[in-house]
Amino acid sequence: MHELSVAQSIVEIIKENVPEQDYGKVNVVLLEVGEFSGIIADSLQFCFDAVKLETPFKKARMEIKKVPFVLYCNLCKVETTNSNGIRMCDKCGGFDNSIVSGTEMRVTEVELD
Amino acid sequence: MSIITIERKVLEKNDELAAQLRNEFKKNKLFVINIVSSPGSGKTSILEKTIEKLKGKINLAVIEGDVQTDLDAKRVEKYNVPVVQIVTNGGCHLDAKLVKDALDSINLSDISFLVIENVGNLVCPAGYDLGEDYKIVVLSTTEGDDKPLKYPKMFINSSILIINKVDLLPYVNCNIKELRDNALMINPDLKVFETSATTGAGIDDWCEWILANIKK
Repeated sequence: MHELSVAQSIVEIIKENVPEQDYGKVNVVLLEVGEFSGIIADSLQFCFDAVKLETPFKKARMEIKKVPFVLYCNLCKVETTNSNGIRMCDKCGGFDNSIVSGTEMRVTEVELD
Repeated sequence: MSIITIERKVLEKNDELAAQLRNEFKKNKLFVINIVSSPGSGKTSILEKTIEKLKGKINLAVIEGDVQTDLDAKRVEKYNVPVVQIVTNGGCHLDAKLVKDALDSINLSDISFLVIENVGNLVCPAGYDLGEDYKIVVLSTTEGDDKPLKYPKMFINSSILIINKVDLLPYVNCNIKELRDNALMINPDLKVFETSATTGAGIDDWCEWILANIKK
C-alpha cells in the first residue's frame, strides 16, 4: 500500500549515487525484493513508472529480482525455503531457526548508457 | 554502458532516523513500544486500561497515529497524560520522521514509558522501524484465528502478540489455540498475552511485563 513512497525513496537513492551529469543516462535500476518485504513488485513497478516522469530518470526501467524466504535451521544446520512464511524447517519440522533472507528491499545496481 | 553498484536498503533513511531515535530514547532511559494492528482490534482500549493501571506508578506519554481525526488523542487526554496526535492524511503508516517531529512536544526527561499507537493497518506499519524497543501486534478474536497466516509480515516483525477481546470467544468463530499456533508458526519467538479491554482480563499480566521493562 505504501509502494508510492517506496518508489520516491528509490528515486532519492538513485540521485544520491549517480553523478548529476549522468542522470539522463540511467537505463536500468536493479532491485532485490524479498518475498516477505511487504511490497508488491507489480505495484512498485507501476508506481516507479509514474514517479519517474517527474524526475530526470524518465527512461529508467526497474528490474526486480525476487528473493525467496530462506531459513537456517539450527538443528539440521542447513538452509530451507518456505514460501508461505511459516518458520518451520522443511526437513525436521522444527521451529528453531533464523531468517536468512526474504524480508529485504534493496537497490543493488544502476545501469547507465 | 556502465554499472554503478549501490547495495542500499530502500528504507535506509527511515532506518537511520529510527536509529537516532533509539539513541535518544536510550539516553533518556525510556522504554518505548510501537503498537500495531488492524483498525478496531482494541489498541486504544488496551492503552486506556494500561494507563489506568500504571498511573501513579510511572510517567508515560502517548503518540497517537491515525489517518484522520484526533479522536484517539482525546480519549487518552482524559487520563491527564501527555499525548500528541499525528494525522497522516491518508498515509497508511507512521514513519520515523513523523515520530521525531511529534517528540518536539514531549519532554522525554519527564517520562519513563512512551507508547506509539500506529495507524490501524495490518500491512504497512510492519516495515517501518520507529526506534521502539518492541513492536506489539494486537489481534482481536473477532478478526479470526487465520490472520497471522494471512498477514505474516506483521507477525514476523513483532516481538509481542496481544490477543484481545477474549471475553467474546464464546460468541465468535475463533479458536484461540489455533490463533496462538498460527502466530507461533510465523514467529516462534513471539511472547503472547491474552486480554480483554472490556472486562480487564489479562491487563495485570500485561502491565507487569511493562513495569519489568521500565529502566528508570
